[in-house]
Amino acid sequence: MGRSLTGSRCRHCGNVAFPAARGCQSCGRSDQETLELGTRGTVWGYTVQRFAPKSPPYVVPEGGFVPFAVGYVELPEGVKVEAVLECTDFAELDGAAPVTLVATQPVPRFATEAARAAGLAGAAS
Amino acid sequence: MSAGVSIVGAGLSKFGRQPDKTGRDLALDAIAAALADAGLAWTDVQVAFGGSDGSGLADTLVADLGLTGIPFTNVKNGCATGGSALMSAVNAIRSGAAEIALAVGFDKHPRGAFDPRPEDWGLPAGYGEAGLMVTTQFFAIKIARYAREHGISRRTLAAVAEKAYRNGALNPNAWRRDPISAEEIAASDMVHDPLTRFMFCSPGEGGAAVVVASEAVAARLGRAVSLLGAASRTRRFGSFEVFSPSIQGSGRPSSVSADAAAAAFAAAGVTPDEVDVAQLQDTESGAEIMHLAECGFCKDGEQEAMIAAGETEIGGRLPVNTDGGCIANGEPIGASGLRQVHEIVTQLRGEAGARQVAGARIGFTHVYGAPGISACTVLGR
Repeated sequence: MGRSLTGSRCRHCGNVAFPAARGCQSCGRSDQETLELGTRGTVWGYTVQRFAPKSPPYVVPEGGFVPFAVGYVELPEGVKVEAVLECTDFAELDGAAPVTLVATQPVPRFATEAARAAGLAGAAS
Repeated sequence: MSAGVSIVGAGLSKFGRQPDKTGRDLALDAIAAALADAGLAWTDVQVAFGGSDGSGLADTLVADLGLTGIPFTNVKNGCATGGSALMSAVNAIRSGAAEIALAVGFDKHPRGAFDPRPEDWGLPAGYGEAGLMVTTQFFAIKIARYAREHGISRRTLAAVAEKAYRNGALNPNAWRRDPISAEEIAASDMVHDPLTRFMFCSPGEGGAAVVVASEAVAARLGRAVSLLGAASRTRRFGSFEVFSPSIQGSGRPSSVSADAAAAAFAAAGVTPDEVDVAQLQDTESGAEIMHLAECGFCKDGEQEAMIAAGETEIGGRLPVNTDGGCIANGEPIGASGLRQVHEIVTQLRGEAGARQVAGARIGFTHVYGAPGISACTVLGR
């Protein structure tokens, strides 16, 4: 599995979508090309999931539930992608924090520099 | 607005847990209350629209109302179900197809309801496995970003919920009738930062119905409230909604609430500063704060001072959610949009008792639903 997210770009207006779209939300045309999205972005907004979501469908990680951050990462293409956010402290995510893609499945996952340095990131990929 | 449309009756079932009643019972209670309020019988209704999110089809209600043969269309538009049903009823009057039309919304959600499935939202199963099919994450991410950008404090988030419970205590039909202090709200369990447990509404139970009519019928019945303007919209490009795998476009997300509110105000020939009392979708505290700006009642960030000054309280410049809103009444998805209209009708008639806004002449309702639907009305005495 390549470590990038696959989206699409509208051949008519250039709008970028994730995941790859059949039709363009901006102009309504259907002529779309696939596009590998940039792997570095900034945190646009986030919250913390403080309680374990209902299972199923949630799959509790080995070792049990721990609160995790979820939010949107603004990529160089302009699209903001929903992702699980890895960090050593939730405050790291404030203020357009730079983050790097560390996994694409089951959902996009990005990590702060501190999380990558601590070796936390990508464990679930 | 072209042909005049009036609200001639509005009714609610009891809201909150009612183990002895089905969702359909709540709808029938609301319809009976609305018809009695109008001084009409079911046999007077010429067309009907309605729905629930999870409590069955509205058109089956005719089995208990009477088989009069009228067109009855089911509506399913998430939290905007009631608003969409009302728009359809209004359009039936405007078109001349009917002189008396009914809109009804109802639901009976068990505790902890709302189990969205990824496949129903066009998402891979992984979103459920990873814990992202949690509706409330969306509201928290939106207000968290908004609060940082526009200086909304956690104290203000708590104050909005405190007002909801205080207004609920004044409303005999509300579910939550015990005041809760801002301190207790702020100190309750953090659900999704910055929102705590007591800042959220809960899945609830209730029914609401509204009877609309032509001006000729309204003149005959009396006590009518004029529908000065109404509009419903779906999201435009660039919006940020629940369960969005991405937000497309650059810059600030678009707002369907802003679009629907602006269209309703334009149709009414009214500006937001003329509104005396408003009902705004308050899924949680942050939603009420952001909807104040999206609907045109203030600029971004002004809410912090507005709320601190008590401007949205009963007795303030713009009382908001005088019946306690979704936070105190619960969220029966199909019913909430029409509950809002019921409250404004009650306020404009001067029949709101302990929670009456003195001299209210123009009111506004705003409902917002997933994934990006809004319906707004401007009502006048």
